[in-house]
Amino acid sequence: MSLIEIRGLTHVYSQGTPFEKTAIEDLDLTIESGQTVALIGHTGSGKSTLISHLNALLKPTAGTVLLDGEDIYASKAAIRQARFRVGVVFQYPEYQLFEQTVFADIAYGPKNLKLPQPEIDRRVRQAAGFVGLGEELFAQSPLELSGGQKRRAAIAGVLAMEPELLVLDEPTAGLDPAGREDLLEKLFAWRQARSATILLVTHDMSIANRCQRLLVMADGHIVMDGTPQQVFSREEQLVSIGLDLPAAARIARLLRQRGVSLPPAIYTTQQLGDAILALWGKGDGAC
Amino acid sequence: MLKDITLGQYFPGDTPVHRLDPRTKLILTFVYIVAVFLVGSWGGYGLVIAALAAVTAVSRIRPKALLRGMKPLIFIIIFTAVLNLFFTPGEDYLFRWRFIKITYTGVDRAISMVLRVMLLVSGTFLLTYTTSPLAITDGLERLLSPLKKLHVPVYEFSLMMCIALRFIPLLIEETDRIMSAQKARGADLETGTLPERARALLPLLIPLFVSSFRRADELALAMECRCYNGGEGRTRMKQLHMAWQDGAAFLLGALLVAGILLLRRLGI
Ligand SMILES: Nc1ncnc2c1ncn2[C@@H]1O[C@H](COP(=O)(O)OP(=O)(O)O)[C@@H](O)[C@H]1O
Ligand SMILES: [Mg+2]
Repeated sequence: MSLIEIRGLTHVYSQGTPFEKTAIEDLDLTIESGQTVALIGHTGSGKSTLISHLNALLKPTAGTVLLDGEDIYASKAAIRQARFRVGVVFQYPEYQLFEQTVFADIAYGPKNLKLPQPEIDRRVRQAAGFVGLGEELFAQSPLELSGGQKRRAAIAGVLAMEPELLVLDEPTAGLDPAGREDLLEKLFAWRQARSATILLVTHDMSIANRCQRLLVMADGHIVMDGTPQQVFSREEQLVSIGLDLPAAARIARLLRQRGVSLPPAIYTTQQLGDAILALWGKGDGAC
Repeated sequence: MLKDITLGQYFPGDTPVHRLDPRTKLILTFVYIVAVFLVGSWGGYGLVIAALAAVTAVSRIRPKALLRGMKPLIFIIIFTAVLNLFFTPGEDYLFRWRFIKITYTGVDRAISMVLRVMLLVSGTFLLTYTTSPLAITDGLERLLSPLKKLHVPVYEFSLMMCIALRFIPLLIEETDRIMSAQKARGADLETGTLPERARALLPLLIPLFVSSFRRADELALAMECRCYNGGEGRTRMKQLHMAWQDGAAFLLGALLVAGILLLRRLGI
């Protein structure tokens, strides 16, 4: 059974007013357990609206969302279940920090789960460990942390709930490249360790590249769905939606336009290097 | 959703009503309020309702929007009606049972008071529906500018109002966002005893305060960077202009008041 199954999901904001706006229209999607999925799309394409339905924060105008085959809106208990089994980290999560200490803030979710104190302690320490927050920071006020540390503390707050599906909306926005890389690696390591599922909303093609499955949204619909290889080989369509290609794919595209014959579906630097070296007749891949 | 709050909401449009100078609309709204209180006959109410309907039609505001705006006031309206219905002294009983007495005067009063409240509310809603908050502030500042001579800080006042108005939607958005984030961490804002619920608001209020102070700080910095130093001698980007339409609107307003007074005199 699929972990998440969305059928005919439509969401209309401010229905019945002059500001009515259809953000998602008749969308179907299934997510299997254990996948890492990237969701890309232009600003306003409906990504945030879609993920707010995964843990029942928004009510669909039409359609259903099934978690392990159960309707997440069926009852109050089902909604609560979904909130805990699907962890959502929104954009700029550092603005949600409020407790007096970092420890207490990370413990907020597990506490709402009504777990016993030793279990809360264990989870907080483990979650902080996953995102690389040292124990020496536990007693500090979250507002005194650096920007990157705040982000980690906020993400740890959701990890501590030990969700089966972790959804992150632009988790690396506003971080420097090193911080971005580091955070991403930690998230992937967390997924490995817990054999959980990750859905990443991102603008960054190099991040999308590293997921097993890539969803492309445009105008409230999922317009492409496949492996990064499959999606990035449909360059023209991606460009027409107004999305960036990964740097390597862009270079390959420009080279092809200038008559260099490269194999299709190049989207990592490694592949590009290999292809170019192969053209030079020494395909050892050491670039 | 918090966004659905309609109080003071502006419906952008390009109708003759939208295009009127905000000063005209402010003065006419004031005149309208006075006029509603001057009404002394059913014919007068008819005239005011007709005028309101005409403005609503011209401004393409859906009557439904006006009615929805009245929802929060439903309690006051019912209260007014009940109070007038049962507690109007008089002998012309329509209905009498034990201590419950309803008089014809009471029914008369109840209907006219409810009408009055509804007319006042929908009239002012029409102003905010068709005039952007910034235009209203601009208009108010200009109308009140003679008070500057009396050292009333009119400019600072209107700047404060401007900023507050600008920040309300941002705050609502922010509240929505933080609410989502905390709900995602299992926050329960709906159930529990009163003290529990009050405590459940902390995860909402603290981030909201922190971000409000941050925003205020950033705004102050941005204003200083642009050498802002108060209202003295500042010119405006948007100049207000009265046009012939404004004259026509004033004329119609005067006609309305005259009509009401005439009907009152005639007792129709
Ligand atoms: N709370 C809201 N009220 C009204 N419209 C909204 C709201 N949130 C988002 N929208 C609109 O819905 C569309 C999709 O938004 P969103 O899901 O935030 O897209 P993305 O996350 O892909 O940028 C946008 O056109 C946006 O303006
Ligand atoms: Mg978004």
